[in-house]
Amino acid sequence: MSERSERTNEHRMTLDTVKHATETPDTEQPWSELGLKQDEYERIRAILDRRPTGAELAMYSVMWSEHCSYKSSKIHLKQFDEKAPQNDAMLVGIGENAGVVDVGQGYAVTFKVESHNHPSYVEPYQGAATGVGGIVRDILAMGARPVAVMDPLRFGAADHPDTKRVLPGVVAGVGGYGNCLGLPNIGGEVVFDSCYQGNPLVNALCVGVMKHEDIHLAKASGPGNKVILYGARTGGDGIGGVSVLASETFSDTGPTKRPAVQVGDPFQEKLLIECTLEIFREDLVAGIQDLGGAGLSCATSELASAGSGGMRVELDTVPLRDATLSPEEILMSESQERMCAIVEPEKVARFLEICEKWDVIATVIGEVTDGERLEIFWHGEQIVDVPPRTVAHEGPVYERPYARPAWQDALQADDANALPRPVGRDELRASVLALVSSPNQASKAWITDQYDRFVQGNTVLAQPEDSGVVRIDPDTNLGVAVATDGNGRYAKLDPYTGAQLALAEAYRNVATTGAKPLAVSDCLNFGSPEDPAAMWQFAEACRGLADGCLVLGTPVTGGNVSLYNQTGDIAIHPTPVVAVLGVIDDVTRRTPMAFADEGHLLYLLGDTKVELGGSAWSQVAHGHLGGLPPAVDLEREKLLAEILISASRDGMVDAAHDLSDGGLIQAVTESCLRGGLGARLVVPEELDPFVFLFSESAGRAVVAVPRSEELRFTDMCGARGLPATRIGVVDGDSIEVQGQFTLPLAELREAHEGTIPALLA
Amino acid sequence: MARVVVDVMLKSEILDPQGQAVQRALPRLGFAGIADVRQGKRFELEVEGPVDDAALGRIREMAETFLANTVIEDFTVRVDS
Repeated sequence: MSERSERTNEHRMTLDTVKHATETPDTEQPWSELGLKQDEYERIRAILDRRPTGAELAMYSVMWSEHCSYKSSKIHLKQFDEKAPQNDAMLVGIGENAGVVDVGQGYAVTFKVESHNHPSYVEPYQGAATGVGGIVRDILAMGARPVAVMDPLRFGAADHPDTKRVLPGVVAGVGGYGNCLGLPNIGGEVVFDSCYQGNPLVNALCVGVMKHEDIHLAKASGPGNKVILYGARTGGDGIGGVSVLASETFSDTGPTKRPAVQVGDPFQEKLLIECTLEIFREDLVAGIQDLGGAGLSCATSELASAGSGGMRVELDTVPLRDATLSPEEILMSESQERMCAIVEPEKVARFLEICEKWDVIATVIGEVTDGERLEIFWHGEQIVDVPPRTVAHEGPVYERPYARPAWQDALQADDANALPRPVGRDELRASVLALVSSPNQASKAWITDQYDRFVQGNTVLAQPEDSGVVRIDPDTNLGVAVATDGNGRYAKLDPYTGAQLALAEAYRNVATTGAKPLAVSDCLNFGSPEDPAAMWQFAEACRGLADGCLVLGTPVTGGNVSLYNQTGDIAIHPTPVVAVLGVIDDVTRRTPMAFADEGHLLYLLGDTKVELGGSAWSQVAHGHLGGLPPAVDLEREKLLAEILISASRDGMVDAAHDLSDGGLIQAVTESCLRGGLGARLVVPEELDPFVFLFSESAGRAVVAVPRSEELRFTDMCGARGLPATRIGVVDGDSIEVQGQFTLPLAELREAHEGTIPALLA
Repeated sequence: MARVVVDVMLKSEILDPQGQAVQRALPRLGFAGIADVRQGKRFELEVEGPVDDAALGRIREMAETFLANTVIEDFTVRVDS
């Protein structure tokens, strides 16, 4: 403590005011330590026509970091806007805190997926918990009540000792924070791959619901309006967290100068949610933004630049948890559970009254001015005087060189379709058991059971179903479905196709439950943008996703980019995680995945080809990654989705499950175990049994059709040109592949459900 | 048997929701005059054999790797006499 006070006293004596900065142009500044490059620092000097003050330097350095400025990714992300399909459902597009989609009956839904990767590696519990907290505030800031969360997670090898450190912490953090908020966790993914060993991916998604008229935007307009900071006090949390943690690779020099991580308080966040929603109900805000990465630097500069441009802030009025914080630290602090609102003067009293009622600290810290400068004062002296747009939006933009890596051809030539396959019935049977018990294909119930999936009582479907479905109107049964998917193995083999496969799978998963896909959010996790190979993967994935969204008619509404996911020269697989949101008019008509009625007929929809590149089988049986990923046919995906939605609405199918990693046998195993009934399968004549069971061709689903509906269903598929092959019947207590093998459900269950607890419990 | 005490506290810059909750409760219960509360945890270790430098070294290692999460917590080790 004493060291800190001394430093602060020294600091007070030499407060770096705008005046002081002008008078001392030659003062050496720690721009490099703050992560800025020489030319970036020069540019700040050019913008200001003097050297920046310490506070200005702090703001520019966090806001121009990769995480906040998207400086390497921006030129590629533009495509999501340029190629956006016409979609009448879009109410707010890319660029706001989160996109907003019309779902009918006067309701709008907002959703977004974000990364909290690096903090979760350093401190798994708090990193994951504050990831949930951050995305929930993003959704809240749009005016919506958060109704559900999801978490796509990726870890190193399941049997690696560090996974046992990271995974339980992350899972407990996700559950701890979300459960305390009373938000159901309705899905997500858990994937293991040694490429994520030093760089686990912790992505977090939140869905919120509002009426159309409740949409709020992040802008500060109207000179004289007050800037109110409310929520938790500001402390020394995660200072430089955004710029340091999210933007630079971890050095392998050990646990030395790791920056402080943030600790969240979900009960404070719950108060913040209820308080903010009451403030919205009384129409008390002109603009609002949550405080996440880069804290006040981000909130003030973004609010000001989205409004008329001028803002004056008295920084010493910010309530502090630690009185010794310097102005630079206050500007950079990433203390959780804070929001910033722009309020008309006559509404301030009521605003503060509501905050008081909810026990939320609220302070007027400044006002909107009619100038075009963001001005920040500390005990009466000016320490910041900048054009806010130069901080928030006009940061550096890089056209990083990218190039298809030299090894890509060799990787694609290493054809998985040529790998030795199981020979004979016993080997085939053993391969099935090995597949369904492998960590990636095994049941994740041990993990998802730690999350509250049904709190609030509106959850219709949750993990392990194809998509999470929540009811948003208790009277009409209107609901939304969300699925997240991503397959880094496919994307490594071909990033363009891999991104489209992630999109196609999430789209298919939403349709499988009977919902109509409407919009996309993405979390793009990649290696270092300074590596041309990783940058090529990123560029290709963006192109693939934008092209795919255009064909499917589902625009990208927002999301997040996480770069520098690499340790030394070893980058993660390129991992675009795609979330698709859909609407279902009546949740009572949703299609579950469980085969729950004996005698129902099983139909395989779509075409099965020999496609084993990047497959789960190639990983489990051979530890192999090579060849080409399955081909994508987006027109076929649209047709399949239409059929699945019609079949759900008209009651033609009782269960459906999408086919993706692990292929048909994985899907049938999951549906059988969920329903507690077996199945008798017949291998179609034109297919090899192994290919039938293990191929991962896209655009497929398996459905259970009651006999009374068979004709109507096959007529519909025939009329619309979707291949539908009868492959068996729901029956008994084992899965029997006729002429091949029989696997009792009990044996399959033990294999499928025992793996994760054995590794982690 | 000698007792060694390991006190674990959240680092000063880290938010302490429990401590804050206690602090908010104090005035409600009529206890005035407390500006801040931080809550930690205390481990009492009964040591077999002599508490020499080697034993204390082992306990420090124990604290560093297991008893405290040194990413967000600090600890102190002392012999309880």
